[in-house]
Amino acid sequence: MSFDIDVRKRLGDTEVALTIEAGPGQAGSGATVLFGPSGIGKTSILNMVAGLLRPDSGHIVVGGRTLFGDGIDVPVQRRRAGYVFQEARLFPHRRVGANLTYGAVAGVDTARVTGFLGIGHLLDRWPRSLSGGEAQRVAIGRALLSDPDFLLLDEPLTSLDRPRREEVMQAIEHIRGVLALPILMVTHDPEEAERIGTRIVRM
Amino acid sequence: MLSAEEWTVVLLSLKVGAAAMIVTLPVAFALAWLLARVRFPGRVIVDAIVHLPLVVPPVVTGWILLLAFGPDGPIGAPLERWFGVTVLFRWTGAAIAAGVMALPLMVRAMRLSIEAVDARLENAARTLGAGPWRVFWTLTLPLSVPGILAGAVLGFARSIGEFGATITFVSNVPGETRTLPLAIYSVLQQPDGDAMAMRLSAISIALSLAALVASEMLARRAGRGLHVL
Repeated sequence: MSFDIDVRKRLGDTEVALTIEAGPGQAGSGATVLFGPSGIGKTSILNMVAGLLRPDSGHIVVGGRTLFGDGIDVPVQRRRAGYVFQEARLFPHRRVGANLTYGAVAGVDTARVTGFLGIGHLLDRWPRSLSGGEAQRVAIGRALLSDPDFLLLDEPLTSLDRPRREEVMQAIEHIRGVLALPILMVTHDPEEAERIGTRIVRM
Repeated sequence: MLSAEEWTVVLLSLKVGAAAMIVTLPVAFALAWLLARVRFPGRVIVDAIVHLPLVVPPVVTGWILLLAFGPDGPIGAPLERWFGVTVLFRWTGAAIAAGVMALPLMVRAMRLSIEAVDARLENAARTLGAGPWRVFWTLTLPLSVPGILAGAVLGFARSIGEFGATITFVSNVPGETRTLPLAIYSVLQQPDGDAMAMRLSAISIALSLAALVASEMLARRAGRGLHVL
């Protein structure tokens, strides 16, 4: 499973462009980290992979499945992308439990996911009552429970203080190692990039 | 405290106001959603037409309704021919006039609240596998509840106060189209109508005040806890 991405998109005065080739060392899972300063269009790349933003040209192939290009443009809801945004984006009118199962498909092991994320005790809480770290772990859980083919992580640690960062970092390492889900993550923090990335792409 | 005649007026006003609000609600919400979320050619024109009753003299709106729903009108003729129904001089006609006049207010309140629904949440739902309908039913609609309620109560209050379009369209028939404002107008034409006008005006003011307070409170209650992250 790998990311084979070649896209360009004009946004106002700037052009966002990126090429990630499906390298041989990329077989199987692993985390590809997009690393670079703010404002260079890293989030736009994730949005294009998720289908929220349409590239002007190019192609997006994940794990051999074409999501965009060659006349194909798979709608967002069928791309099977687990997208964790910079802000948790939990649905404010649903409790944590209902947030987690929003995209869940039958047969997904909810307890296992809430277990390793350490959020099992939060299920009856409202999103507004969560700390930043808790909210971000719920967001990760919600993405995982939708049974994605791959994960998109947009600076998931930026809004957190140090101890909370460690919690979420460990959760991501668990996903990369144990769940073996391919990850495309955006960060501007070199330390994060080193620790999470099995491959680092500079933008 | 109130005479039988005054009770008739009050109950009729509530009936007309409720009917106008209930019938206009789905139309107003559909228009609000369309104007808030869909970019289509002619959007400005639709927006302007929706707001027309707010600025056009109510007499004109009433007269247009009369032409449309009259025995030879494009709506009135088929209504009469196929269903044997006429709305002229009937409370149903008063409700139509009130609903048309309340439409812009309702659309405005609902549109603001639909626009306030965070599109980022809707995008998150889409990445979780939700199609357009599921996004609408599970996010857009419940999150815009404050505006829907506020718009509904506001529309109800506006309907009860409707005068110009109503009297032009369905006249001033006691027990059928004589709602609060029309009744107040009628008694003011009589030499000794001051006391009754005073009582009916007090009821009008109380109803409007209650509606405005309720609309504000509903919006706040529904809005509590809805805006996080």
